[in-house]
Amino acid sequence: MIELPVLRWGSPYTSMDVDDVVHFSTGEPIARVSRANGGLIQRDMRKAARAREVLREIPIDDLIARAARAGELYTSATLPMGDGTQTSDEFVHAQSATTGLPEQMCRANMRKNAFVLGRMGGILTALTRGLALDVLTRGHGEERDVPISYQANSPVLGLVLPSNSPGVHTLWMPIIPLQIGLVLKPGPQEPWTPYRMAAAFFEAGIPREAISIYPGGADVGAAVLESCGRSLVFGGTATVDRYRGDPRVQAHGPGFSKILLADDQVDDWERHIDVMVESVFVNSGRSCINCSSIWASRHTREIADALARRLADVRPLPPENPDAALAAFTVPGVADAISGAIDADLTAPGVTDVTATYREGGRVVPEGSAAYLLPTVVHSSAPDAAIVKAEYMFPFVSVVECPQAQMVSAIGPTLVCSAITDDEALRRQLLDATHIDRLNLGPVPTTQLNWLQPHEGNIVEFLFRTRAYQAAPIQAATPA
Amino acid sequence: MTEISAEQQAARDALDAHVRDIVRWHFDPETGCPFWLEKATSLGFDPRKEITGFGDLHRFGPFEDEWLRGGPVQRWVPRGLAGKPVFVFETGGTTGVPKTRVACDDFRTDYELFSATLPDEHFPKGANWLMLGPSGPRRLRLAVEHLAQHRGGICFCVDLDPRWVIKLIKKGWTEHLMAYKDHVIDQAVTILSANHDIRCLFTTPKLLESLALRLESNGTTIRKAGITGIFSGGTEFTPQWNRFAHEELLDGAYMTPTYGNTLMGLAASAPTGPHNNYTIAYYAPQPRAVLDVVDFDDPNRVVDYGETGRIKLTTLTRECFIPGFLERDEGEREPPYERCPWDGVSGVRPYRGFASTTTVGVY
Repeated sequence: MIELPVLRWGSPYTSMDVDDVVHFSTGEPIARVSRANGGLIQRDMRKAARAREVLREIPIDDLIARAARAGELYTSATLPMGDGTQTSDEFVHAQSATTGLPEQMCRANMRKNAFVLGRMGGILTALTRGLALDVLTRGHGEERDVPISYQANSPVLGLVLPSNSPGVHTLWMPIIPLQIGLVLKPGPQEPWTPYRMAAAFFEAGIPREAISIYPGGADVGAAVLESCGRSLVFGGTATVDRYRGDPRVQAHGPGFSKILLADDQVDDWERHIDVMVESVFVNSGRSCINCSSIWASRHTREIADALARRLADVRPLPPENPDAALAAFTVPGVADAISGAIDADLTAPGVTDVTATYREGGRVVPEGSAAYLLPTVVHSSAPDAAIVKAEYMFPFVSVVECPQAQMVSAIGPTLVCSAITDDEALRRQLLDATHIDRLNLGPVPTTQLNWLQPHEGNIVEFLFRTRAYQAAPIQAATPA
Repeated sequence: MTEISAEQQAARDALDAHVRDIVRWHFDPETGCPFWLEKATSLGFDPRKEITGFGDLHRFGPFEDEWLRGGPVQRWVPRGLAGKPVFVFETGGTTGVPKTRVACDDFRTDYELFSATLPDEHFPKGANWLMLGPSGPRRLRLAVEHLAQHRGGICFCVDLDPRWVIKLIKKGWTEHLMAYKDHVIDQAVTILSANHDIRCLFTTPKLLESLALRLESNGTTIRKAGITGIFSGGTEFTPQWNRFAHEELLDGAYMTPTYGNTLMGLAASAPTGPHNNYTIAYYAPQPRAVLDVVDFDDPNRVVDYGETGRIKLTTLTRECFIPGFLERDEGEREPPYERCPWDGVSGVRPYRGFASTTTVGVY
């Protein structure tokens, strides 16, 4: 079993409190992880400024090159992991074993992280709108003959990470190249990416003092958020609500991502069924960018029926099977609870489980101490049914009948909106809708991201503030 | 059958004798309190005749939490103590009616007994104290103040209201929480810097962390601020936290863990430190209070040594009789040791059945 220590500015610290991270199905311990305590983090954060100092000693262009190297090492090298080492295959195997994510999805997420690391130069150029990056290091510069100044809001970024999908780690890949230190609290079932990525960064020449990793419980997450000047936290709606309006915290919760089929295109809905399936199904529906509802004014029953026919045959396969497409729910009872919640919402008038007509038995498939939920397509004949606002971490989608005139206001907060329409008025309305974050116009899967664009806010704007800056030379005093 | 030492046997005999004495007192119409005298009418047995020792206390059945909530509070005052000034102390109370316990002198007696366990070189007689923690309806303020006075010192007090802290946490008012914590620590730092020769400190683990970090920011330490001895307590006082505090917060000041609450006295810890891997084992002040570690499903079965169970507390004083109160904590049963020839408990943490719904370590 691998022992993973707390990492305090790169120095391992073995705690007396440990948590076993276990195989999702058999319960076999895979790793023993040291648990940090809140005071330890608060004490370490007194030296947070040092993390930025050591990174600022390395030019950003150099850090970008080292990030690319880290991406290669992360993908293919044998790297230190706690008290041992880990090959990339062993990493994938371990990550799959503790998260319930099929190995092919772990590999896909690994490629995604490495892709971002390999294109860091372009990503930073895009996120900073072409800023000369040394301005971030110096704090000031000049652009089009105007003095400019960027000030880091915090020397480090805290991250309270989830376990649901290793793809979320792409969000913090640009932080080190921006010369900001990392304070990571791994998700309880997914310590692997933070530790492997830290090891890859170190091997690639990133100073150890730039990265801390603090596994632990809720008190550890609270201490990270309390003691870092800027943090990202991942959680449910309650977490997002709790931190709304807090300038220090960017909360990432459910995406409630959607596909809208407008009146001018909906009669050709069959042409877009692949986009819909991909949006719902890829990565086992675990991401905030997976589509959780599809909206149209007509043909909704046929759309739901077609989706159900495509998804109803999907069954869990062993995680190592290259065709495995469903991830397990690792926490006992969660799958049953979700299924129960869906059943409760299905009692509302006008709501039906369309997949149920294409398979026998329930949607829960037990697997040892874990369980799978089979893809579920629900039809709702009205936009106000509770199930329309539901999002679950498996391939689950509501197909909602809603007049186009009401659609934009009825969809509510939406991380990714793919609107299939050529209707200029609707496009204008969507462009102006502030409750939509990422907008795709046309048949773009909600899961297809352009990494050169911001995600739920621009990370550069979150970490740096622009301000006025003027400097004038001091004339030598004239002798009297 | 497990063999026990002469010291353990003597302790058991003393406990049994004490139980008989306390039960006689609480069930005698001349001296008992209205609650137990009324309860006696439905017990189906006469406790004064049939309770012959600690092992018989299970006959009272489980002690129900709810009996301690609501009034009239006088139903808990023993008639034998009529005319004495009575204190009432509360526990919990963030929502709903708090549990209450009456007391006359118990808190003084408990803390005098605890005082005897404190090493004078770290808690010098005559030194002044700082009590940095919850006061209000809790007995802690008066108890620590009495401890300081009993040892010849004077106690400065800084209050923290845990009920307000829990509300701030539940509301997610982090900014207010931080401001309140700073407000409390500001006061403590001011007092420590005011030449009052404060050398002893009671505080909670969270406040100790905050105080140590603030002092570190000010370029000093707990020890350099004059503190030589600290006692602290709570379920967040884990071996890891104990180690962290010793290695990184205390700068050589001595600290001893305690486990207690308004209902019980104060359980002191066997000496702890690097020599025993910072393990913390608490021993109740028998015979006035007894800690048992019992089966989660059968509170009448004490688990084996080293096994995990729920903590069951029995309070046996003339002011208060609480048999078999199931605490909100669990831990491992520890064997007797030379200073306390009776069972102890280690690894104390919130009981798993409540852990997810209880806010602990708030102050």
